[in-house]
Amino acid sequence: MCDVLDIKLNTIPDWNCCAASIGYAEGGELPRLALSARNMALSEQASPGQDIVATCAACWLATRETKERLNADEELMKETNEALAAGGLSVKADQNVRHMAEVLIEDFGFDELGKHVKKPLDGIKIAGYVGCQTNRPFGIDGESFENPKYLDKLVETMGAEPIENYDKKVSCCGGALAFSEPEKSQALIKDIIEAAYDGGADMIVTPCPVCQLNVEAYQNDINAKYKTKFNMPVVYYSTLMSVAYGKDRKQSGLDGQIITPKQLEEIAK
Amino acid sequence: MATDAINYYRNNFLKEVEANVEEGHWVKMCMQCGVCAGSCPLGNAWEHTPQKIFMMIRAGKRDEVLASDAMWMCTSCYNCIARCPRELPITHIMHGLANYAHRLGLAPKNQPTRKFAILFWNNLTKKGRVNELKLGIALYFMNGLVNGIKVAIKAMPLGMSMMKTKRLSPMEILGGHGIKDTSGFHAILKKAREIEDAKMTKFD
Ligand code: SF4
Ligand code: SF4
Repeated sequence: MCDVLDIKLNTIPDWNCCAASIGYAEGGELPRLALSARNMALSEQASPGQDIVATCAACWLATRETKERLNADEELMKETNEALAAGGLSVKADQNVRHMAEVLIEDFGFDELGKHVKKPLDGIKIAGYVGCQTNRPFGIDGESFENPKYLDKLVETMGAEPIENYDKKVSCCGGALAFSEPEKSQALIKDIIEAAYDGGADMIVTPCPVCQLNVEAYQNDINAKYKTKFNMPVVYYSTLMSVAYGKDRKQSGLDGQIITPKQLEEIAK
Repeated sequence: MATDAINYYRNNFLKEVEANVEEGHWVKMCMQCGVCAGSCPLGNAWEHTPQKIFMMIRAGKRDEVLASDAMWMCTSCYNCIARCPRELPITHIMHGLANYAHRLGLAPKNQPTRKFAILFWNNLTKKGRVNELKLGIALYFMNGLVNGIKVAIKAMPLGMSMMKTKRLSPMEILGGHGIKDTSGFHAILKKAREIEDAKMTKFD
């Protein structure tokens, strides 16, 4: 997808994991913020003035939150730099921290994104599942928290058909609690899939890798528990775009699916 | 003068939360409207919704709040933050309370999310990145050996299909994946921990 659109991403040298939303318990405030601050510090060194772009909702959220907290609170900025100094780094937190979806929508726009479509995804009905953290608390500029439209527009731009009134669009999949509270999370996931079937969807598309994994991977367990027959493919938006842009199965990441989206496989062949 | 008197009578636990819990100074702004309680995805699993927790803090129910497993049920969905009319950073306050209870040793011992969060943090801070396979194995054994084996067997098909689709690399277990500057990384975390610990006000 990035090579079609000529987006060049530089990896942050020696990046570390941001601890997502589960870092709070052991990490507390400053050590947790220090994780993201270290990434920002390394990025400022290697690519000054460039935007930081995250493809994962949780990484984006953690990094952007850290940036905003540091800019709003002098003391926190001072303490964070004190911690970073122990590892020979310092941070200004002056780069923009953006989600890949923002880059696509704001810097390219739907018209431009549509120009590169080589194989329109005709006749595929798709439930656009935005989930939580891509949407809240920051969200994509100009979109509402309760009913953001950009994912449906993206689906349409790729030639597929977004299902209407998908009422689990911004519901939570349980996030990290899928591991620690499997039953409770699976009840949430069940509703998300059920609503997609109710709307006549052939597959679900999502901008969040955590949602993608949670909603795709537990369908067997859910079927066993609730006597359902779910077999709903769940794809990441870049997979959808890559197929529409004429990439093959592997380049699109279709070989990474647990539940095969047959229609996409057909098109990518 | 009047405000001094009010401050004096404000109970200590609220002050403790304001001093020691991340974003704790917001708690007093809650107007008990209940919007957050109605917005929680696992709402029916919570014994105490955020609204209730904030009320209990103001009522000085220290033991009950810190031992509650409610904070550990937060999925970080940010629904409450998006909707709270007083704009409280509810998610962060709940995380902050969980962390505070955990550090005081008052959090519920067998709370699964607490255990998972600790495993996750330890796994990640060792080398700077998360090793999913090791984390996965640790997770299976989280509840002790016997139960661990049961969970492992149940989760097998998932692990296998993730292995097949190359999302879990078996090489990871040999430790192929980590950052280069681990000593700098550890020094940063150690320093951050020290600064945070030094700021903690004692309340007993
Ligand atoms: S939504 Fe906000 S003001 Fe209302 S009860 Fe919850 S925290 Fe308090
Ligand atoms: S962020 Fe946490 S407290 Fe807020 S609505 Fe979601 S689960 Fe509930």
